[in-house]
Amino acid sequence: MDLYEFQAKALFAEHGVVTQDGAVVNTADEAKAAAQKFGSMVVVKAQVKVGGRGKAGGVKLAKNADEAFDKANDILGLDIKGHIVKQVLVTPAEDIASEYYVSFLLDRSNRTFLAMASVEGGVEIEEVAANNPDALAKINIDASVGVTKEVAIKIATAAKFPAEIMDQVVEMLQRMWDVFVKEDATLVEVNPLVQTPAGKVIALDGKVSLDDNAAFRHPNHAALIDHQAEDPLEAAAKAKDLNYVKLDGQVGIIGNGAGLVMSTLDVVAYAGELHGGMRPANFLDIGGGASAQVMADGLSIILSDQDVKAVFVNVFGGITSCDAVANGIVQALALLEADGKKIKVPLVVRLDGNNSVVGREILKTANHPAVRMADTMDAGAELVAQLASGK
Amino acid sequence: MSIFLNSDSKILVQGMTGSEGTKHTKRMLASGAKVVAGVTPGKGGQVVDIDGHSIPVFNSVSEAMAATKANVSVVFVPPKFAKAAVMEAIDAKIPLCVVITEGIPVHDSVGFVNHALTLGTTRLIGPNCPGLISPGESNAGIIPADITKKGRIGLVSKSGTLTYQMMYELRDIGFSTAVGIGGDPVIGTTHIDCLAAFEADPDTDAIVMIGEIGGDAEERAAAFIKDNVRKPVVGYVAGFTAPEGKTMGHAGAIVSGSAGTAQAKQDALEAVGVKVGKTPSEAANLMRAIMGNLK
Repeated sequence: MDLYEFQAKALFAEHGVVTQDGAVVNTADEAKAAAQKFGSMVVVKAQVKVGGRGKAGGVKLAKNADEAFDKANDILGLDIKGHIVKQVLVTPAEDIASEYYVSFLLDRSNRTFLAMASVEGGVEIEEVAANNPDALAKINIDASVGVTKEVAIKIATAAKFPAEIMDQVVEMLQRMWDVFVKEDATLVEVNPLVQTPAGKVIALDGKVSLDDNAAFRHPNHAALIDHQAEDPLEAAAKAKDLNYVKLDGQVGIIGNGAGLVMSTLDVVAYAGELHGGMRPANFLDIGGGASAQVMADGLSIILSDQDVKAVFVNVFGGITSCDAVANGIVQALALLEADGKKIKVPLVVRLDGNNSVVGREILKTANHPAVRMADTMDAGAELVAQLASGK
Repeated sequence: MSIFLNSDSKILVQGMTGSEGTKHTKRMLASGAKVVAGVTPGKGGQVVDIDGHSIPVFNSVSEAMAATKANVSVVFVPPKFAKAAVMEAIDAKIPLCVVITEGIPVHDSVGFVNHALTLGTTRLIGPNCPGLISPGESNAGIIPADITKKGRIGLVSKSGTLTYQMMYELRDIGFSTAVGIGGDPVIGTTHIDCLAAFEADPDTDAIVMIGEIGGDAEERAAAFIKDNVRKPVVGYVAGFTAPEGKTMGHAGAIVSGSAGTAQAKQDALEAVGVKVGKTPSEAANLMRAIMGNLK
């Protein structure tokens, strides 16, 4: 889960990373009130989980409370790379002498953690990495040691931070590492880390990604989920413990196992190229145990998606037994119809593997008018694309 | 022969007395694998009957190894306790540790993966993987044993069900070993480790490599193949339609910016002469043709 800047800064404050006061607000009036309270020049910043918001007009300086109202008015509702701004953060404007960059992240390739630091902050760090790679220090972190004072000094020295702020940066790095480890983050980034004319070092921005797998040891992280920003179908699926991602096509997809479902999306998209550009409408992995209830929950979500014109159920029974899947489909359709939901779109079902002969027989006997059988994954994709295109 | 796992492998199951552990211990035994011990702290001394096999339970991996000569551990311990269980297996210097558990925090995985690499005495497979099977010899994990038979294709895959799908497509030819390395961002055994082992295995003639979006493991594997693999390799990559920034089921399956796309992976593999199928069946047909020509 990616956090908003204001959420990241709240975690920073908890762990002693020096940051600034701020008020997160939903309206221009509230922005004005916040600016009045600070009684200084303020910065009004769009709260979106995407980079490049400054360039997109999402960060503006306001000299006084009235200007804060105007700027907030401009920014709220802005579309930044598909993210609509619903909240802004109002913070006192800092005088800036220098801008730096620091981050900790998961380095998949090297199976460890990485610290990155640069005295060229305030710009997109990808640009620094591409244009001036020597200015970006990268230091591998030994997870069993962590970021001790010695390691922090090594990072700050490699990045050539000025001597007069070395102590503050070293302290900052250790507190950021606390955020990284104690909150189970996969990214903690500060860009820019600023030095004020008075020589104080402050985290002016914050980006944090948290590991969803670690939620069990952080009950407080649940409060950070922005339910308003979630796709309603994705939220409904999550409530049922289903692994669902909404996509923009017309063919609903249900399968077992992340890899097979990903592959099914591709095969359907290829088949769709010959059928009016039909594409997958979602990713839905029902996992190992496809009970009738799980199948009903999954089908119910997919069939409530108005974009879906046909559904492809693609199951390879490994541990899952195909007779259980077939019974699941039959009972799911019955459950949905008993609930007053009409099954208006065709369902193409491909069952292979564990007990598939029995599974197919169950579907044949049930003879539901919406269900069509396919012998292979490719044939199923072809048929469902054709049915979705309405031809 | 086979890689990593053979008919001499003696398996202990960490978390055998839990529901998943029991279920899959049954399946391993039914497929002929030698499961010799269970490990559940606090339950040492018990003997569990699993389908007529009496399996002793031990409090620790080292006790189980000393008493039974077990040399493979399969871990079904839930995410909360998985790190401690895996660290224990590594400290006991078990040669092979297969972590099936899904949903382990990545900070925990980084910890135990690096511990295994530092000690250098344990090959870790997973986490979040289906394990591995050498058909007709042994089976460590949850891969169904009845899909296919022993043969001369080696298979390495991030995904469990795509492993099954590919084994099914090529069921008449058979496999030396199929390894599911797992879909997490940080894993113990990589595509490259498996490619190297299959290249060295006299009973593997050709290799199928299944990848998916996220990270750069496939690109690195391609670079490795160029310099180190002479056996024919067929590739398949899942996730061409996955949008940027959305995790596709596996914690590691996410396209971030221009990194981790399926197209980049396919290009990298094709550039070093790997034939890449557009679909699982196309990849299977490419392999079928190669095996036909080798005869």
